[in-house]
Amino acid sequence: MVTPDPTAAPSATSDVKLSVRNLTISYGEEAILRDVSLDVREHEIFGIIGPAGSGKTSFLRSLNRMDEVSDTMSVEGSVLFSGRDIHEVRNVYNLRQRIGVVFPLPVGLPLTIYENVALSPRLRGIRDKSTLDETVERCLTRAALWDEVKDRLDALGSLLSGGQQQRLTIARALSQDPELLLLDEFSIAVDPVTTMRIEDVLRDLKQEVTIIMVTNLVQQARRLADRTAFFLNGKLVEVGETEELFTGSVQDQRTRDYVEGRFG
Amino acid sequence: MFAASALNERNRRVEGIYKALFGLMTVLLVVPVLIILGVLIAKGGPAVSFEFLFTPPTDQGRQGGILMPLIGTIWLVVVALIASVPIGVAAAIYLSEYAPENWLTRLINLAIINLAGVPSIVHALFGVGAFVVFFEFGISILAASLTLAIMTLPVVIVATRESLQAVPMAFREACWNMGATRWQTIRKVVLPNAISGILTGVILEVSRSAGETAPIMFTGAVTFLPFLPTGVLEPTMAMSLHLFTISNSVPNMPDEIKYGTALVLISMVLIMNAASIAFRVYLRGKKKW
Ligand SMILES: Nc1ncnc2c1ncn2[C@@H]1O[C@H](COP(=O)(O)OP(=O)(O)OP(=O)(O)O)[C@@H](O)[C@H]1O
Ligand SMILES: [Mg+2]
Repeated sequence: MVTPDPTAAPSATSDVKLSVRNLTISYGEEAILRDVSLDVREHEIFGIIGPAGSGKTSFLRSLNRMDEVSDTMSVEGSVLFSGRDIHEVRNVYNLRQRIGVVFPLPVGLPLTIYENVALSPRLRGIRDKSTLDETVERCLTRAALWDEVKDRLDALGSLLSGGQQQRLTIARALSQDPELLLLDEFSIAVDPVTTMRIEDVLRDLKQEVTIIMVTNLVQQARRLADRTAFFLNGKLVEVGETEELFTGSVQDQRTRDYVEGRFG
Repeated sequence: MFAASALNERNRRVEGIYKALFGLMTVLLVVPVLIILGVLIAKGGPAVSFEFLFTPPTDQGRQGGILMPLIGTIWLVVVALIASVPIGVAAAIYLSEYAPENWLTRLINLAIINLAGVPSIVHALFGVGAFVVFFEFGISILAASLTLAIMTLPVVIVATRESLQAVPMAFREACWNMGATRWQTIRKVVLPNAISGILTGVILEVSRSAGETAPIMFTGAVTFLPFLPTGVLEPTMAMSLHLFTISNSVPNMPDEIKYGTALVLISMVLIMNAASIAFRVYLRGKKKW
């Protein structure tokens, strides 16, 4: 139950994957997230909860510098990813490739299922057919989709059901061989059964990648996240071990109200 | 429970009146087109034959066919396409995919829309000044086609930009998030899904220029030429100007030759339109979202 001391030097210990210091995000003149500092550890699932408009999606966008494709969004503060300041990374494409992103609504690209997953390796210049085949099968398997689509890899990804497309999106993110996976309310368009399957997938995945998971379902954070941060009105209220947040030893009354559903 | 109230009854009547009214307007719209086509086919149809299409005009067009103007118009349109499509598509890609959203971009977009409204005779005079005189192309296919190209550029840009913007933003964001550059995103996802709209829009717009007279009559088209052009630096006959000449300036012109020429000209445009629509339908069958 420690909120990292914002004045402390960014931790250089190897088990910190992502170190955020004094991050402020604005759209135009208006700051919508102020002075956020937190650490995400290697191989953990880091949950982020908070009501609509509290800045969760914006926070994720700032981590792979997607603010740069927006005309209005601007970011201040520092983000250390594997010990390197992301704003000093010259090759932003390489940075983004190392961070997989899954959106709230599945985005099956208008390509075949195969090409959806092979796209990222192709962008990195991999042409060898057997390498691509192997990547496609491995990623679809890990996203728990392989059995359903292995006979129709040439069908359009955008014609799959919503739940299947979401797993396709996860497979596509995995095809980047990411070190960090950002999930933004991944289960919003997915049925409970598929949600459970994806949650199982994530529990396995955390052996290999660090996961930051934004969720509107506080119970999902409780089921999955090792540690959880609570955002409210553009502020980080607190960060702590998930179990402690849910069992009552919170620092802030507002966090308790939110996780217990007494908010408004 | 489902008994119609007075209000329901009234809504139903009003609904009927509007439906009939809009239907009538649609009919009114189609009627002139059908009349034009009908008259042309009736009066010009007998004149049109394989021989008419491929015989050179003689006796100022009173005899023979329309070989030179027909081939000339194809030259003009093809060269105009070659000039305007790469430039227009590239500019549209820049404006839609790269340009930041600021006052300069908005100004350029506004200028393009206004350029589309410039009268063709003004383009013609510009063409004379720029291509015939300044670049010293003389009265030539090249000068006329470039004038046509400049005239159609704005519509090519607008048609292309609309096709590009019909591709959902979420696809681009997904690619960028994977670490794709803008160009990789355009090439792998945006263009493949916009290409059908681009091509059909462009063919449609440029084929319309086949019927234009003003932009070509001072820049490359001449009223009579006894041989076919062999290169783009030569002048040529053209269907639109030929039709204008034989209808206006040649006495004792047989009617069926005038109507026949008009029928061929309108058919060229319609065939190109039909081809581009067929192409669009074919590609839409393969649409991917
Ligand atoms: N492109 C944008 N331009 C201007 N303001 C924006 C933009 N995107 C988000 N905002 C504003 O920033 C604030 C935070 O938005 P954000 O999407 O990060 O919230 P969120 O926590 O993800 O909400 P939700 O749970 O509804 O997804 C909101 O007030 C929103 O209106
Ligand atoms: Mg959000």
